[in-house]
Amino acid sequence: MAEEVKLIGMWGSPFSRRVEIALKLKGVQYDYIEDDLTNKSPLLLKSNPVHKKVPVLLHNGKPIAESLVILEYIDETWKANPILPQHPYDRAMARFWAKYIDEKCMLALWNACWCEKKDREKAVEEAKVCLKTLENELKDKKFFGGESIGLVDIAANFIGFWVGVIGEVVGVELLTIDKFPILCKWRDEYLGCSVIKENLPSKEKLGAYFRTRVESASQSK
Amino acid sequence: MGEEVKVIGFSLSSFCVRVEWALKLKGVEYEYIKEDLRNKSPMLLKYNPVHKKVPVLLHGDKPIPESLVILEYIDETWKDNPLLPEDPYERAMARFWAKYAEEKCVFGTWEAFKAEGEEREKAMESALESFAFLEKAIKGKKFFGGEKMGFLDLVVGWIPHWLSVLEEVRGMKMLDAERFPSLHEWAVNFIQIPLIKECIPPRDDLVNHLHATFSHLRSLSANKP
Repeated sequence: MAEEVKLIGMWGSPFSRRVEIALKLKGVQYDYIEDDLTNKSPLLLKSNPVHKKVPVLLHNGKPIAESLVILEYIDETWKANPILPQHPYDRAMARFWAKYIDEKCMLALWNACWCEKKDREKAVEEAKVCLKTLENELKDKKFFGGESIGLVDIAANFIGFWVGVIGEVVGVELLTIDKFPILCKWRDEYLGCSVIKENLPSKEKLGAYFRTRVESASQSK
Repeated sequence: MGEEVKVIGFSLSSFCVRVEWALKLKGVEYEYIKEDLRNKSPMLLKYNPVHKKVPVLLHGDKPIPESLVILEYIDETWKDNPLLPEDPYERAMARFWAKYAEEKCVFGTWEAFKAEGEEREKAMESALESFAFLEKAIKGKKFFGGEKMGFLDLVVGWIPHWLSVLEEVRGMKMLDAERFPSLHEWAVNFIQIPLIKECIPPRDDLVNHLHATFSHLRSLSANKP
């Protein structure tokens, strides 16, 4: 069956990169379409009229939006290298933690980096609560998915990479080895995986992107 | 599957009721453990240490929090009357709309409930825009799940009962039959289904609770500098 898989994404978006990790993990051939989010393409607006965001997966012309929804779709459609565990309870736990990362952690970490100085202390504390929770969940596992990376590890790409890059730019170090030794160890293993390494934006390019953001924010004040 | 099933919940919470709907739909016997949210039990704090919220499903000694996660667990564990469709694309659509409904419709409605004046007008318009997407999704169908109710019907099942109470308490109209005819029709039919109806809390209890909630929220914002 001739299969057409396309991904509309953005090079610096962790959500977009999640989908690429999953597709590469499963050996799925796809066409990547970079979208200029400052000037959204008609294809993006047509494929995701509700949110108008990346990533969008197009499978034989059918669009799927929202990265965690896309990850589950990919797992159900291409069976090699499962992202979710087999047992319903373990699957529920994976979904729970992926949701926790998306709904609590990402926002808390982002806020801690980008908030006003007066709110920083509180925001950093909240971010650290999230990281501690993940640290406790990881315990003695190599990855959240066990011996190999799974849904939660893919969802945690922001924590594994982006947090460090943004942190360096804004001068906020969140993932410190003294407070989060297990999570730091996970990060190192994670970034060592070829499927992860090969699907990250360049550190320099991402750093430059966020530096521009800081500069334009301070200029507009 | 002889393990005991328990639901730790609060009877007025639509998130808890949707779990009961799913279990009843699949003919699963369960014990309901009532939680006093003003005085959370050690059991709740033990089984949901991350969020400390209801509902929590206990299957044997295994706790599962977060109602949407629970619904998928129920669907994968008990195979009668499937909640999610078979086809992966249809499943993705159900998950997408469930996420949308939780993030935009529930949140939007709650914002409209809490707000006053101009803020309220804005919040209502935003919530109503989100309802327009649901209207499109249900058009021409008996249920969001098609011929039979499914995952998405349970997820937006708060609309027929809870929304009408929110509307009454705040004197606002959101589920307008003229603006959202298909959604309105679905709501009217959904709430009449026996297994749905038997789990919903008494209207008066919900009205009183939401009146009290609104007063409390107003007093909190009045005390803000």
